[in-house]
Amino acid sequence: MAGANNTNGAQGVFGSSIRRREDPELITGQAKYTDDLQLSGMVYCTILRSPYAHARIRSIDASQAEALDGVLGVFTAKDIEESGIPGAIPVGWLLPDMKIPEHYMLVKDTTRYVGDGVAIVVAEDQYTAHDALELIWVDYDPLDGVADPHKATVEGAPLVHEEAPGNIAFDWEIGDQEKTDAAFANAAHIASLDIVNNRLIPNAMEPRAALADYNSITGELILYMTTQNPHIHRLLMSLASLGLPEHKIRVIAPEVGGGFGSKIHHYADEALSAWASMQVGRPVKWTATRTETYLTDAHGRDHVTHGELALDAEGRFIGLRVDTYAAMGAYLSTFAPAVPTYLYGTLMSGEYDLPAIYCHVYGVFTHTVPVDAYRGAGRPEATFVVERLVDEAARVSGIDPAEIRRRNFIAPDNFPYATQVALEYDSGNYAGTLDKALATIGYDDFRKEQAAARERGQHLGIGLSAYIEACGLAPSAVVGSLGAQAGQWESAVVRVHATGKVTVYSGCSGHGQGHETTFAQIVASALGVPYEDIDVIEGDSGVMPHGWGTYGSRSAATGGSAIASAAQKVVDKARTIAAHLLEASEEDLAFEDGQFFVKGSPDQTQSLPDVALQAYLAHNLPKGIEPALEATSFYDPANFVFPFGTHIAIVEICSRTGHVTLQRYLAVDDVGNVINPMIVDGQVHGGIAQGVGQSLYETAVYDESANLLSGTMLDYAVPKAHFLPSFETDRTVTPCPHNPLGVKGVGEAGTIASPAAVVNAVVDALSPFGVTHIDMPVTPEKVWNAMHS
Amino acid sequence: MGISIELEINGASVSKEVEPRLLLAYFLREELGLTGTKIGCDTSQCGSCTILLDGQAVKSCTVLAVQADGGSVTTIEGLANGEYHPMQQAFWDNHGLQCGYCTPGMIISCIDLLNTNPQPSEEEIRHGLEGNLCRCTGYHNIVRAVQAAAETMNG
Ligand code: FES
Ligand code: FES
Repeated sequence: MAGANNTNGAQGVFGSSIRRREDPELITGQAKYTDDLQLSGMVYCTILRSPYAHARIRSIDASQAEALDGVLGVFTAKDIEESGIPGAIPVGWLLPDMKIPEHYMLVKDTTRYVGDGVAIVVAEDQYTAHDALELIWVDYDPLDGVADPHKATVEGAPLVHEEAPGNIAFDWEIGDQEKTDAAFANAAHIASLDIVNNRLIPNAMEPRAALADYNSITGELILYMTTQNPHIHRLLMSLASLGLPEHKIRVIAPEVGGGFGSKIHHYADEALSAWASMQVGRPVKWTATRTETYLTDAHGRDHVTHGELALDAEGRFIGLRVDTYAAMGAYLSTFAPAVPTYLYGTLMSGEYDLPAIYCHVYGVFTHTVPVDAYRGAGRPEATFVVERLVDEAARVSGIDPAEIRRRNFIAPDNFPYATQVALEYDSGNYAGTLDKALATIGYDDFRKEQAAARERGQHLGIGLSAYIEACGLAPSAVVGSLGAQAGQWESAVVRVHATGKVTVYSGCSGHGQGHETTFAQIVASALGVPYEDIDVIEGDSGVMPHGWGTYGSRSAATGGSAIASAAQKVVDKARTIAAHLLEASEEDLAFEDGQFFVKGSPDQTQSLPDVALQAYLAHNLPKGIEPALEATSFYDPANFVFPFGTHIAIVEICSRTGHVTLQRYLAVDDVGNVINPMIVDGQVHGGIAQGVGQSLYETAVYDESANLLSGTMLDYAVPKAHFLPSFETDRTVTPCPHNPLGVKGVGEAGTIASPAAVVNAVVDALSPFGVTHIDMPVTPEKVWNAMHS
Repeated sequence: MGISIELEINGASVSKEVEPRLLLAYFLREELGLTGTKIGCDTSQCGSCTILLDGQAVKSCTVLAVQADGGSVTTIEGLANGEYHPMQQAFWDNHGLQCGYCTPGMIISCIDLLNTNPQPSEEEIRHGLEGNLCRCTGYHNIVRAVQAAAETMNG
């Protein structure tokens, strides 16, 4: 086999495009994902799901299913209740006066979306488990349902929960309404748009799955599952669902095939598998079919918004006003309430010096799959509102879109910058990425070409999106004061073994991001130890200290910083031991390339492995120093990190068919210091593809009765290779000033920026037709209608 | 009631009794433990389950195990032969994968693509991968990987 990476040891490892160490197992089919695991005595669980968006259950007759050969049991909510466990699926973010309806592991008497779990089957093999579902007879009394978050609030709309009149889960606001209204009263121009942010289905390629192994003798549960955050799942399984003591539950994330948010959340299905294992005394596996993932993985977006931007006569932004109906779906999913509030309203200042902002949000129950964080989570929606309004403002004021952005950017010397919506931006140079992007794309030349093309009857458009992202949510106390029922710090253990080899444990839990590679790069640089001598382990609540997992572009900024500070503690301890061994004082020691030596006399050294061996032998340690060489860090960041950038899309529209061709897509991002440029570019590519997917192809469609029409991959357009161009990527580097690595996040940048870039380009192309807005996905039909109305 | 089948899998001959309704994908994964072949959908859209059957890429979730009787199957586990297949190497070198779930099927489809068109243009590569979905990479580096593999395999 082609050998290991040649990295020249620790030198220059941070910042280099090392090939990923994860890949050999993945390209040979050796990596084990949850559904690849087999345990002896394993049986299978399947879940009967409501075919109605809203129905009362009159009765359930499972006798035929139970009689089927190979069926071990059919269970309903009643059985779970009788087992005495809490049985709840909780929400993990509380807003003031929020309605929190009961969410039980299976439906008790009323189904509230197509896909709501009604009963489970446990059987010897998966075919029998699926066959038995067809033999359960449920007598449903169908009721009216509603899927549109705006219509759901209209008087007379069917109620999802009796206790939430008007289907309002919460009524939330941020900013200063009075000040903003006053700004609008003095405006020279007002840009105003009605915007629908289309509902998306995450579509990680690996469907969710769980393999639960309960040992009734020890009372221990091992739960292998598709998770982005094993410790959160352990916590919620213990507290809310199963009632098992937390230390008796071990959640393991085997290889995980993508998540994009959908594997953050605590769903009923994995809890049901665990409960089933407790009932039948055997390991139980559940694997979602793709159809089930469409019916149960939390969806994303689904906003109906009215937004307005006020300008003075010079084209300066003086106020922004936003009113949003955000779907929650049928129940409040794990972090759902945070998404259209603290991850949305707080981003309304964008990259702009905006003196007055007011954002009002209704969280709305609908008879649909619950909505929660999906790549970007709130920030793509906010960026879309702001960047669409900025383009509309350019139109109404007659100022070029690039120029109006530049005129309103927060100036580089204006940081830290406190926005009107509660964030303090730490650093930025917004004109830097804009200028670079405009130069690379050839903005001025494009405008000439566009004019010439219009003469020929050809419709080209260019769209800018100058985005900011707030990621690595922090610090924990602040996030807690906003309603989070979770901490936002991260843990790391850096363990130097007696031979100088290193094992790193992180509380993050990667699922495609390449943490084993990048985290080893961090440690190699910090300890001066060869990259090959460092292993990184994640994703097992039985092995590492509590961590909060991987989501919200937090792993490098928060998890990486935890690793860096644990490594620093190791170096500090090693320095004390080295000074003792060299009979020098600590202050006189230098540490370079993994060697301690007295400054000025590099001949006599103690390498980190030398020190590690002495630390483990403990024959000759300085007074008061404990043996061994390892350190743990629980790193709570001082602030969010704020990546930013400018993305530009160029489209051509076919006037006969309305088809949009994405000709070029350029991303100039600033994600701070970069650990592995190849991996960062890969994250940007994937993010752009999902954002372009939203803008041109993807949408979850419900009919008037809240049936999901786009329920399979046949009906929901996950972008294929030929739907997309190659992407151009570039960067500027403005290090984060408050974390030890100077890194920000990159996982969501592409998804946040791209929908606005693409739609702005389409609207630009259609401007000769008087088009000022078009909703996503921008299908040929919509474009054609816009051109012909 | 089982039906006996005999086929060659990754160069080794295998004979087994299978249920008539058993799909080849499940036969490989569950009966033979060849879990490198993935299942990502139930409508034959995703391509995660792609294998080579008698040298041609097929979605193993659309083939019954009994239909493969007498055939020769290559899965992702059978590609490396002391060395990585050039396509595997190219995926690694070009960061053509992230979570890796689409990767076995994708690599097989890419090999099939070059078998039929050894020097494809970018557009031909993109259209050639119509049957395989990847949610992580945006395909950018998959295209680079196929271009790199084409160079190695032709060179
Ligand atoms: S599993 Fe999706 S095409 Fe076969
Ligand atoms: S690498 Fe994750 S789906 Fe392709």
